[in-house]
Amino acid sequence: MAAEYYLELKGVSKAFPGVKALDNVSLSVRPGTVHALMGENGAGKSTLMKCLFGIYKMDEGEIFINGEKVNIDNPDDAMKKGIAMVHQELQPVLPRSVAENMYLGRFPTKNYGPLKVIDHKTMYKETTHWLKEVGMDFNPKTPLSELSIGQMQSIEIAKAVSHDAKVIIFDEPTSSLSEKEVDVLFKIMNDLRDRGVAMIYISHKMDEIKKISDDITIMRDGTYVGTWPVAELSTDDIIAKMVGRELTNIYPARENTPGDVILECKGITSIHEHSFQNCSFNVRRGEIVGFGGLVGAQRTELMEAIFGMRHIQSGEISVNGNKVITNAPSKAMNAGLGLITENRRGTGILNCLSIKDNTGISVYNDYLKAHIMLDHPKINKIVDDSIQKLSIKTPSMNEQIANLSGGNQQKVIIARWLANNPDILIMDEPTRGIDVGAKHEIYEIMVDLVKQGKSIIMISSEMAELLGMSDRIYVMCNGYIRGEITEPEDMTQEKVMHYATMF
Amino acid sequence: MKKTFNAKEFLINYGVILIIILLVAFTSVKSPNFLSQGNLINITLNISARLVIALGIAGCVITAGCDLSAGRMIGLGGCIAGVLLQRADYAGKFFPDMKPMNLLLAVVVVMLITACFGAVTGFFIAFLNVPPFISTLAMMEIVYGLNLIFTNATPLGGYVDSYTALATKRFLMIPLLVWIAIVVAAITWFIFNMTRHGKYMYAIGANPQAAEVAGVPVRLTMVMIYAKAAAMYGLAGFMLGAKSGGASVNLGLGYEMEAIAACTIGGVSVTGGRGKVSSAVIGVCVFEFLKAALQFLGVDANAQWIALGIIIYIAISLDIRKYVAKK
Repeated sequence: MAAEYYLELKGVSKAFPGVKALDNVSLSVRPGTVHALMGENGAGKSTLMKCLFGIYKMDEGEIFINGEKVNIDNPDDAMKKGIAMVHQELQPVLPRSVAENMYLGRFPTKNYGPLKVIDHKTMYKETTHWLKEVGMDFNPKTPLSELSIGQMQSIEIAKAVSHDAKVIIFDEPTSSLSEKEVDVLFKIMNDLRDRGVAMIYISHKMDEIKKISDDITIMRDGTYVGTWPVAELSTDDIIAKMVGRELTNIYPARENTPGDVILECKGITSIHEHSFQNCSFNVRRGEIVGFGGLVGAQRTELMEAIFGMRHIQSGEISVNGNKVITNAPSKAMNAGLGLITENRRGTGILNCLSIKDNTGISVYNDYLKAHIMLDHPKINKIVDDSIQKLSIKTPSMNEQIANLSGGNQQKVIIARWLANNPDILIMDEPTRGIDVGAKHEIYEIMVDLVKQGKSIIMISSEMAELLGMSDRIYVMCNGYIRGEITEPEDMTQEKVMHYATMF
Repeated sequence: MKKTFNAKEFLINYGVILIIILLVAFTSVKSPNFLSQGNLINITLNISARLVIALGIAGCVITAGCDLSAGRMIGLGGCIAGVLLQRADYAGKFFPDMKPMNLLLAVVVVMLITACFGAVTGFFIAFLNVPPFISTLAMMEIVYGLNLIFTNATPLGGYVDSYTALATKRFLMIPLLVWIAIVVAAITWFIFNMTRHGKYMYAIGANPQAAEVAGVPVRLTMVMIYAKAAAMYGLAGFMLGAKSGGASVNLGLGYEMEAIAACTIGGVSVTGGRGKVSSAVIGVCVFEFLKAALQFLGVDANAQWIALGIIIYIAISLDIRKYVAKK
């Protein structure tokens, strides 16, 4: 007898150093249904799926497939047990053909005497067959690089079907698809549903959820909120269940009074169609402006463009009423901007250099003797002062930054920008991945800065931080600024979430 | 943090130098002539030009690049210096009617010309994103071709005495060529440690994206690094010409590989961001003392290449351990 639920996850818990990512989460999926999994950034959706798919090992919990308890050790194991995942970030081998991508790691072979060679004929034939199964009609020899992202996704799905997968996980599959491509995807999903495949669908797009899903499970802060038939919940209900947490106030008191507008951005539009579009906003002197939104809302891209790290197609940036062109970070710095990037390791720290070199790098122009020689004593003083002021925990300024904790590395990057002394400091996820104590210290530094009349733009995906630290909030969704929240009484989780899901 | 003596760590850090010191000690016991003044002077003369090359290439390696054009640039530098500094009465003069140029002016001309080629290499790397390996490879071929056309592939000789005297004349017991290398090392140290350019170079080597975000003019700095390096290869060609009293298009052939190897042996990391002037000095010394010692011990000249290769393997494997172990 078939079980009511094809796939069941029971009591799953998973902790990372310092965070409890999942706490006793359950998920039950019926065969032949699409089960939506929803929650804010960091609610634990992806972690749960990674546990199911064998990428992470869960600390506690059980997995049942068709009523039978199973252990899944790695993705390979998961595929053998009929679970497939269509990843948010596809990782195809672009220069190779459709068929090779589908059969990577499991190429069909034939024997030429003692020699085992790849059986291209079978591979192409099989590929064509499976592509037809999902309603696609490509030449299997086409290089993947010639396909659109939507088409690549169809190939991922065909791959899953060819594995005879009974459970398919879709992790935000529509985030980079056009409307037409979404229709194609939904058609494939409906076919799969008719065949009795259980699908887990992660998405933030409310209308899509309502259109395609049968059931919905909502998660919040790593815990299980509940499961409902989709028809029973309205969009507002879903938002309320996703954000319904109590905010604890750990944010320092503030005495800043925003003054005149210092930064004005008008109609900033990316050269890429899927990135930020027509974004207009302003920042006042002595103000912390928050940028909220879901991951992928293009907030980082927008700020990087303003700082000259990305190209913009159109738009105007003015600082203090003067139009500026910031097509390189050094030009943005001359205009009085600074940027602490979200990706500390990739675009922040100079890993193998000392704290001193990491701090000094943005100010060498100002500390020269005879226009050529670095004034080491003065630089040492600046660095020493910053170490004191930001209480960076290190034996000496000559210590390699790689040896510091994440929080202290972040403080060194802040020290770099304090030394440079920009009028407007953009902080992209300033407290990501650092401990509570260091977080609080960074908040105090921010408050101190705006008190001195500096301005801060803060991108934050942490709802509490966004609401707790901002004087004003812009919310982005899918490349557009969807709303501006100015009044303190309007600064609620529901409001932010409302704008953040206006796809 | 308490620092205790750790034999293993000591061996990892100084293993290669230790091997060389032992080898030198062993050689000098077996044949006391090894540490004679004449031989030491000879070794330092060999070191001098190679150090200048290594210091130039070190800048490229610190930014996680390399420079394959060094050898051919040395050839070009040597030949240009040669045609500018031939004796007026020399029969096979390249420019029969030209008076020998002032020595200092000749150096400047040589360095400026090679620097221009280096700037072109750097331009392709920095502005057109051609990988350093390919950009310098292309420049290697171009410079060689130009030099062949320029000299008609004929060797040059008959230099003015003041030029060849650089190798023979001494100041405070030390040959002038060695003094030149010392001055170049001092200037390079100053650039690496006391100027913006040096700091930018290390930052680019450590993380070019982060350097750019911090306001470093990454592209301009890269062009300057390759131009500066090329100027030093020109100088090295000039020095080698003085030492051997002549030059041909094949002067300096293969020296770029030896220089890159010397840098990495001394601790310039090929992954970028790490390396000092002392690294290049140590690396070049290790190489030259090794060659000289093997020669004194009567090791087959052909087999010496194998020894050099083995030393590179040992040195780099140990060097990489320092960084990998830390993770």
